[in-house]
Amino acid sequence: MAQASVEGTRQSSWWHRNQQQLTPWLFLAPGILFFLFYVIFPIFQSFNLSLYQWDGLGAAEYVGVSNYEELYWDEAFYTSLKNNVIWLVLYLAAIPAGLFIALFLNQTVTGIRVYKSLFFFPFVISQVVVGLVFTWFYDPTFGILNVVLGSVGLPPMNVLGDENWVTVGIIIAGLWPQTAYCMILYLTGLNAVDPEQIEAGRLDGAKGWRMLWYIIVPQLRPATFIAFVVTIIGALRSFDLISVMTNGGPFGSSRVLSFYMFEVALSEYGFRMGYGASIAVVLFLIMLAFIAYFLWSMYKEEKAR
Amino acid sequence: MRSMLKTSAAAFAILAASMGGASADGLTGDLRIFLDTSNPAPRATMEKMISQFQEKNPDLNIETTVIDREAYKTQIRNFLSANAPDVATWYAANRMRPYVEAGLFEDVSDLWADPAIGDNLASTKGAMTIDGKQWGVPYTYYQWGVYYRKDIFDELGLSEPTTWEEEKANCQKIIDAGKKCYTIGTKFLWTAGGWFDYLNMRTNGFDFHMDLLTGKAKWTSDEVRQTFANWRELIDMGAFIDNHQTYSWQEALPFMVKGDAAAYLMGNFAVAPLRDAGLTDDQLDFYQFVEITPGVEKAEDAPTDTFHIPANAQNKEAAREFLKFVVSPDIQTQINDGKNLGQLPVNAQSSVDKDKFLEQGFEMLSTNSPGGVAQFFDRDAPAEMAKVAMEGLQEFMVKPDNLDKILDRLDRAQERIYK
Repeated sequence: MAQASVEGTRQSSWWHRNQQQLTPWLFLAPGILFFLFYVIFPIFQSFNLSLYQWDGLGAAEYVGVSNYEELYWDEAFYTSLKNNVIWLVLYLAAIPAGLFIALFLNQTVTGIRVYKSLFFFPFVISQVVVGLVFTWFYDPTFGILNVVLGSVGLPPMNVLGDENWVTVGIIIAGLWPQTAYCMILYLTGLNAVDPEQIEAGRLDGAKGWRMLWYIIVPQLRPATFIAFVVTIIGALRSFDLISVMTNGGPFGSSRVLSFYMFEVALSEYGFRMGYGASIAVVLFLIMLAFIAYFLWSMYKEEKAR
Repeated sequence: MRSMLKTSAAAFAILAASMGGASADGLTGDLRIFLDTSNPAPRATMEKMISQFQEKNPDLNIETTVIDREAYKTQIRNFLSANAPDVATWYAANRMRPYVEAGLFEDVSDLWADPAIGDNLASTKGAMTIDGKQWGVPYTYYQWGVYYRKDIFDELGLSEPTTWEEEKANCQKIIDAGKKCYTIGTKFLWTAGGWFDYLNMRTNGFDFHMDLLTGKAKWTSDEVRQTFANWRELIDMGAFIDNHQTYSWQEALPFMVKGDAAAYLMGNFAVAPLRDAGLTDDQLDFYQFVEITPGVEKAEDAPTDTFHIPANAQNKEAAREFLKFVVSPDIQTQINDGKNLGQLPVNAQSSVDKDKFLEQGFEMLSTNSPGGVAQFFDRDAPAEMAKVAMEGLQEFMVKPDNLDKILDRLDRAQERIYK
């Protein structure tokens, strides 16, 4: 009996001593376990799988780096890579667009909440619906786009059927919800803008563009950073719009890496798991570069404080 | 006590099973059937047929699962190896090859050895055979051909063509009247495969076509170039609707319904939506794809849908009985009639429904396709090759000048894929 209580106090005192350090880990443990099992482990699994040739049914055959060798010669891969870059660059237009809409909506007028909701609306609806709406808009025979073009005397165009326009067409569809997302980020950011600084700026004679550039935008830095992160990630993982609007076509010219990976590994004519995994690895490395940059700049920010 | 109950139940089950083996009817146990017939009409047809089988075998516990047709194509890989049903639907020819080679489909040559099946289903036996064995049974097939607007043909004084020259002459008159000859939607690529199938089979014959799709002939060969040259004649005339690369096959239907295009090279499944859109049987007709190279025997596309027994099935005996039931003449007549699948029965003893298009199709396939019956581009060629090739076909239809580049690419793909 006595011994047990001694044991008990010793244990509780050890717990007592380390409580501060241990508690956060205990709370984190489920998350860490899931993260390891569902995120980290599959990453290494993909690396491994990319060295095999496997159709998902029979035995996997080790082929070394020949999947990567094939990627090197694969035109479709370069098309996807090029489109990924176009996505990255053009998708960033959502940030300034979101900023200007936010500035426009950041005023007190009757019914401003309704306007804000209307602008936010595209972000709430599914990407699939966005894709369908834009597909109808672009439809070369029945769509509104060509009616509009015709009324200003321009020749009709088939945006989604032209390999030079198709990616831009899909990105414009993607910008619609993404701009709404950035707008919301900036609207919250604008709430935190210091009115005293604006007042001070005004006394010094700043207004219009100068006010925006030198007083407002620097204060929106955190919002800009988040908008940048979500837009870059959104551009790299673009998939659903492509699948809905063109299915990668015409003749594969609107593919991006994530869509090509899906096509090769999981779609009706695919089931080359190893090759798909090698595309996934390339996409992962590209994302890793951005994520590393984000983490590094966040770390720098924190340290500077 | 409980264990004793269990043992006696098991003993009873074994007894019942052995009795079931003795007589054809009176099957017992579970029969799990997976179907990809997710559209309303085929789904109802299948469920009705299964309930008839249930009536014949009251002691059998049948469990039917219907999976969305597109989702099925990816799920089948998982359930065949992990959680196999006793019967599953799929497609014939090369589309079943991966599962046959992975040992996931049961060899059912014994069923085909029975003359009641082997003789009556002879026309589809080739499509079910890999390595000299049969791996399932067909339950329906349908013809491909040119569906056209008879009223437009009458108005322009055209008649059904039978030669390539007539086809082009007709087409020129249609174009002169301000319409397009053919509607097509190539967004999902396979429709272009249908055109290639016919042009190549008519230009070079069935055997060459099969050699090409099985990797024995080259895409850069003179024969294939001739096929593309013939195709290009139509493209240069402006025979196909504009912007077809943005439309699915359904989205291409309105062009024909509105009379902007006169014809559609399609499978018989296009008839139902065309009728639904308001075209009557007086306005709509069908003709066999014309002769191109004189003397080349006509061959047709007639994709076959099939039932298979997975190698990991639990109740193969009941599954075999079910397959026999499905291909029997009465059931074939019933499930393929106009009110149900609206397609062609696979059993020669069955009767074809009184439908203009089914009768013409049956006539065509049974008497006027001496060259042979192909499944379809993406079922005869390995999936990976089909994908690359159909993309090339679409590109050719939009940019015919890229032909050399496309053919070189297909040759390279062929070298890699057929090893």
